[in-house]
Amino acid sequence: MTDRRFDPRRWLMLIVEPLDPALLLLLSLLLSYAFMLMVSASPERMESQMINSAVAVTVMWVAARMPAQRILALALPVYVVGVLLLVAVALFGEISKGAQRWLDLGVARIQPSELMKIAAPLMLAWYFQQREGMIRAREFIVAGGLLLLPVGLIVKQPDLGTALLVAAAGFYVLFFAGLSWKLILPIAAVAIVGIGSIVGFGDRICQPDVDWVVLHGYQKNRVCTLLDPTQDPLGKGFHIIQSTIAIGSGGVFGKGWQAGTQTHLSFIPERHTDFIFAVLGEEFGLTGAVVLLVLYLLLILRGCVIAAQAPTLATRLLAGAITMIFFTYAFVNMGMVSGILPVVGVPLPFISYGGTALVTLCLGLGILMSINRSYLMSK
Amino acid sequence: MSFDEPEQELSQFRRRVLVAGGFVMVCFTLLAARFAWLQVSRYDYYHTRAEDNRIALVPIVPNRGLITDRNGVVLARNYAAYTLEITPSALKNVDATIDGLAEIVEIQPKDRRRFKKILDESKNFESVPIRTRLTDEEVARLIARRFQFPGVEVNARLFRDYPNGTLASHFLGYIGRINDRDMKRIEDREEEANYRGTDHIGKTGLEQSYEAELHGITGFEEVEVDAGGRAVRLLRRTAPVAGNNLVLTVDLELQKVAEEAFGNRRGAMVAIEPGSGAVLALVSAPGFDPNLFVDGISTQDWDALNNSPDHPLINRALNSANPPGSTFKPFMALAALTTGKRTAQQVISDPGYFDFGGHRFRDDKVGGHGLVNMYQSIAQSCNTYYYKLAADMGIEQIAAFMTRFDFGSRTGIDLEGESSGVLPSPEWKKRRFKRPEQQKWYAGETISVGIGQGYNAYTPLQLAHATATLAAGGVVYKPHLVRYVEDVRSGEKRMIEPNPVADLHLKPEHLAEIRRGMVGVNLEGTGRRAFAGVPYLVAGKTGTAQVYSLRGGRYKASEVRERLRDHSLYIAYAPADAPKIALAVLVENGGFGASAAAPIARQVLDYYLLGKRAGTPAPEDADAPGDADAP
Repeated sequence: MTDRRFDPRRWLMLIVEPLDPALLLLLSLLLSYAFMLMVSASPERMESQMINSAVAVTVMWVAARMPAQRILALALPVYVVGVLLLVAVALFGEISKGAQRWLDLGVARIQPSELMKIAAPLMLAWYFQQREGMIRAREFIVAGGLLLLPVGLIVKQPDLGTALLVAAAGFYVLFFAGLSWKLILPIAAVAIVGIGSIVGFGDRICQPDVDWVVLHGYQKNRVCTLLDPTQDPLGKGFHIIQSTIAIGSGGVFGKGWQAGTQTHLSFIPERHTDFIFAVLGEEFGLTGAVVLLVLYLLLILRGCVIAAQAPTLATRLLAGAITMIFFTYAFVNMGMVSGILPVVGVPLPFISYGGTALVTLCLGLGILMSINRSYLMSK
Repeated sequence: MSFDEPEQELSQFRRRVLVAGGFVMVCFTLLAARFAWLQVSRYDYYHTRAEDNRIALVPIVPNRGLITDRNGVVLARNYAAYTLEITPSALKNVDATIDGLAEIVEIQPKDRRRFKKILDESKNFESVPIRTRLTDEEVARLIARRFQFPGVEVNARLFRDYPNGTLASHFLGYIGRINDRDMKRIEDREEEANYRGTDHIGKTGLEQSYEAELHGITGFEEVEVDAGGRAVRLLRRTAPVAGNNLVLTVDLELQKVAEEAFGNRRGAMVAIEPGSGAVLALVSAPGFDPNLFVDGISTQDWDALNNSPDHPLINRALNSANPPGSTFKPFMALAALTTGKRTAQQVISDPGYFDFGGHRFRDDKVGGHGLVNMYQSIAQSCNTYYYKLAADMGIEQIAAFMTRFDFGSRTGIDLEGESSGVLPSPEWKKRRFKRPEQQKWYAGETISVGIGQGYNAYTPLQLAHATATLAAGGVVYKPHLVRYVEDVRSGEKRMIEPNPVADLHLKPEHLAEIRRGMVGVNLEGTGRRAFAGVPYLVAGKTGTAQVYSLRGGRYKASEVRERLRDHSLYIAYAPADAPKIALAVLVENGGFGASAAAPIARQVLDYYLLGKRAGTPAPEDADAPGDADAP
């Protein structure tokens, strides 16, 4: 630092050094794909999405530069602040589209539940690190409690999609920490039987007078609409019907960039956000969809490698959980747009328009990079 | 579940990462399979669905064909005008919207009533006009505030216009909004596709009978629409083919002369060109304004027309069947010659009555006409001559002869709804009545038939048609109003050729004898006053149809209420030696044929043959001698 003359190469090294080349390459490919789709789906939002991307990449860079131990040290304060914010939302939050999710801080409206997607696994990873070497059933119960607190608050908002993602993120930490198969298999069995019975008895339980007790009316509708979209082709089923038409009509090679009729004639709802995959399927066809799947797979593969190499228990658990969050986002979104999962508000990772999700995802990427750096330095 | 050894813990973690990776692979394979199913297996289905989504067919209504008379004078045309239309399904409160619109343009109670009426008849998602024929200023005001009224549109549409008003209204007819009955007819003809977008259809007259020619072929625009149904882009356009024009055989000036000759009187007149069947004029008085019907007639206008004692909506020329009275006599005389029951020279004695079956049939002239031959029987309209003739011929023979002139059957004119009238015969009576005592034909009834009374009932069209057949030497031509149909695109003219339906094979000498009698009617007989000083030769016959039976008493027109007076009739063809026009005139409650119907015939003939207009009466008319006007 004694040489104060400007040296571009040194500056470039300073910028690039913390970043993982593989993750960086995959991110640039995904963002390029996103811009291409945005030109088609909603060109007027291009500029805004570029700003979002710039902010998100900056956040990623900051996280990547931070040593993994410093990030883990933030786990408890971030978790506590996150839970307090969720409580604040429940008490003073703004209601938008029938749900209380936003907190107006004067300068910006934030969605604390989004923060929890990273804060919850971070907290659990940190906790298991504290208990390293003596992780017993008690530790899993405590961890489960730490997870259920924010999940419960988010379900109450109600925001089922985010709650599911936060719960999944926490569950991945528990899973990687070695949660017994004796517990995982029954949960999986219950889930399969539950979904199976909903599909099997869809006609009966979707009657208007049947109350599902645990789920809100709109959540029930989402599930029922998925079971039979044609029941309500102009209302709730419209989204799924039109997005499957868009994807199906794309064929093997698609209708061509900016040539999707479903997209450009406004048949696809929310085509720049949650349903952007329908645009991709229509304009780039099966080819484009498989290309995206491969990009996600490579991203997940790289995440798995980083997790496997991570030097400490906490970094391993965190890296594994974050990697699986990317997968969960991608799978749930593509599943719902192609009509095999209910419509829950989950964006397509790195592709959908919207700053909050992109920042969260890039923060995850940055943490992965930071963990990778700690591995490289520990070698 | 604990790892005391870090190495053990690490390998456990890595196994779990592999499990997670395997789960990811399974899930992504599932997605890829789903994509392949949608995009490969079901591609055709979804491709079709997407195309159906985006492409809408918008019909382009063709211009309706024009109707002009034989000289090119327009009877029916189209003009473009703006309409204010409302799509009820797009609105929450239709009445509030109309109230709002009423602040911008004038909307009268009758507009609202018509709107409600059309609304009841139409489907909810169709646009219904609330105001038609908007002025440019009104359009400008509406366009400026259109954003306040979703579901409200200003559309340019073509309207039908009948520039001559009531003139020729009956055969011209009118178009009106398509109702359920019209829709059924369209479906029966399997023309639903061609009527997509068409609101109006011919309801009566030529507009109805030539609907298929006039309508044209609907064009289509294939437009790409967005999810909101708005047209985004034109993909393909199939231009509409305008309807064919009708050029009529009618001379509208002649029609006008005839209608004016009727004045306020009720009746009908049909003029036909002998030897072609071309209808030169077809009058039913009073007329009505067909323009009232185009946008949907208002209730008041409808009530005024429908409840009028003059029944202006009835086309009397086709539907008012009356006894022909003495106009039947020339045909009876021809029947007598043809069947050999009489010769022209044969003379009968007329004491002023004819006794038959215990009943005395009276002549109109007290004391009778004395000795009467065929010529005199026609010229002087001698009843006794025909009483005797009818008795000699018998009803079967009379009916067999008259049916060849299309008495009692439809002439086949190119208009719908023609009445067939009644040619009485024992068979007809059997069909007509149910009770056995009513079904029996009485010989006395034949006597009445002989002078054109009794059960006889013919429309003015049938009389004109029979007269034209007589003028054409016994060749029956189907009467028609359309001279040719003109294809607007190719300019091709499809002529309606004279259609000789039958040749009655009448003997020229017989026809000459009848003509001599009918000419005599106007030279020295019952029509001499109406035709005094006529420079051309007219073969005619007066007639009076009894409306009210006076049971043997003497009939005095002045003593009978106007509506119960006899109908006045007149048939004629001229020039008698080379006929150019044959006609029949009916004046309802006009009294004697010579006094009401014959003068109208004179005006029509004068105009057609001489180009002379009414209002320039021949001086000879004023002091015509005698008052021998008889039925």
